[in-house]
Amino acid sequence: MDPEGVNDSEVERVMPNLKVAIASGKGGTGKTLISTNLFHVLQLYGYDSTLVDCDAEEPNDMIFFNRDLKKSIKIGHHVPVIDTDKCVFCGKCREYCSYNAIFIIPHAGIIKVIEDQCHSCGACIVACESGAIKEKEIELGEVHVYTTPSKIIESMMRPGIASPVKIIKTAVKEAGSHGIIILDSPPGTSCPFIHTVMNADHVVLVTEPTPFGLSDLKQSVETLKTMNKSCSVILNRVGIGNNEVYKYLEDENIPIVMEIPFDRVIAGYYTNGELVVNHSPEIRDQFLAMIKSIIEKYGNSNY
Amino acid sequence: MEIAIISGKGGTGKSCVSAALATLSNKVVLADCDVDAANMYLIFHPLISEEKIYIGSRKAIIDYNKCSSCGLCMDYCRFDAISKISGEIVISELLCDGCELCSRICHEEAILMANNQNSRLYAGDFRNGKMVYGRLAPGEETSGKLINLVREKAKQAALSNGIETIIIDGPPGIGCPVISTISGIDHIIIVTEPSKSALDDLKRALQVVSVTGIASSVIINKYDLNIKMSRQIEEYCQNHDVQIVAHLPYDNRVVDAMVSCMSMTEYAPETDFSKSIQMVFNRILYGNKKRIYPTICW
Repeated sequence: MDPEGVNDSEVERVMPNLKVAIASGKGGTGKTLISTNLFHVLQLYGYDSTLVDCDAEEPNDMIFFNRDLKKSIKIGHHVPVIDTDKCVFCGKCREYCSYNAIFIIPHAGIIKVIEDQCHSCGACIVACESGAIKEKEIELGEVHVYTTPSKIIESMMRPGIASPVKIIKTAVKEAGSHGIIILDSPPGTSCPFIHTVMNADHVVLVTEPTPFGLSDLKQSVETLKTMNKSCSVILNRVGIGNNEVYKYLEDENIPIVMEIPFDRVIAGYYTNGELVVNHSPEIRDQFLAMIKSIIEKYGNSNY
Repeated sequence: MEIAIISGKGGTGKSCVSAALATLSNKVVLADCDVDAANMYLIFHPLISEEKIYIGSRKAIIDYNKCSSCGLCMDYCRFDAISKISGEIVISELLCDGCELCSRICHEEAILMANNQNSRLYAGDFRNGKMVYGRLAPGEETSGKLINLVREKAKQAALSNGIETIIIDGPPGIGCPVISTISGIDHIIIVTEPSKSALDDLKRALQVVSVTGIASSVIINKYDLNIKMSRQIEEYCQNHDVQIVAHLPYDNRVVDAMVSCMSMTEYAPETDFSKSIQMVFNRILYGNKKRIYPTICW
């Protein structure tokens, strides 16, 4: 490390607050690789830090760590239950439902709730004039909190539900606001991504130098611009594909904070569920330098 | 026949496999259902003959000329999207779920709903047939609605052009979009890779697939990057009665093909990768897949 710069005990005393989201438009570019290794490096150098796996559809961070499950929070939401004795089949609840979650054939006396499509907005209850709608709770997924020695929070969605957003929100909330919080984001630029990065002070986009990677990167960058979020880029698997991403990033004035070459050895560690930084001091130093520069620029969280 | 390619984990090679399959015949409809990150058009540059606006979610907007700042809407909103900031009611566009309840209950009729008109459905010709794809606007809900439209359009294109094969490039994950992609199709191919994360995601994807009861098979992509993990995946599939139809080797040319706007079967047809894809194609399409049914003993 920097021989005359800040030594690590000083860093510990400063205890910066920062929420950094690790995201990518395209799946499989290395979000989890970056999040887990970065988290481990922060642990090694004594930073107070928390890792939040916000990819509720496919959470993978816990593959790389051994921790004790401290608590498990069940996440549910309310869906309507229709009392067919009171229901007059007027169809007003269906009219109020913006999610097509109520199915009704009035003359046959059939009314059904498609629970997985329900967003739990409560409009149908307001709509019903016969007092025929009550609510019950159904399960969306769980948030797992792991501790010792450090906190990892995992969001886990039940397959097939309409939206993981509520689970993600709970997971992010559970992380609090102390220390460095890494948000391993779901792929894409739709709702689950937005609800993850909206909490972040800075977003690190992970991409690869391929046409697919670049196309999805552009979409992420445009989305973050509308949200007024600062971002930087990590290029993974450098050496494959082409160089167009460099030109794009230069034009957009987005810094590249780290480059990881395509390397079968790195791939080997990752695919076995091992942390790359435990095997390569060089990459470990790169991670440390990267996060230090981000803390310096964007530290002391406002969220 | 409708074949969908999904993966659970992102980046395992769904699109590369879909593109390779779609260029083995001159009569296919290719449907890109990964509407959150549609990429297939980058390879095929389809000649778009139809563009439709897809109205996704709607957002509540306040007419401040009418709003009395009573705060009733705040009480009803379950998405924490409405707040009072220095006496003024403010709706967060990001948090609004578009349920319209606030607009319905407002006594002053001060809340309007605005359509998000930035999502699109495209259809047109590409070199091996017809292509249909959707592009979801950023921040939209990851719903299956646009995917249903893409599939509907693909079926129409197949019917009106006498095409029998529809190849669907699916989205990652195990949520609503995946369910919409696979419901009612003829065959599901799950593309995985030899990593712990991918195996975990494969298990979750198989959970979703098994509920549908649709015939499915697995392709292990880049199997030689970690032979040990590939064996584990094989073992898992064997124990769960899931057929592995191909082992695709890691090949730099897969990315080179993409950079050259070609599929792997076009770019390097003589490679092991392409030959395996050809075999998968024949096996699934022409049904020379032998299934051994247990003999029933009375």
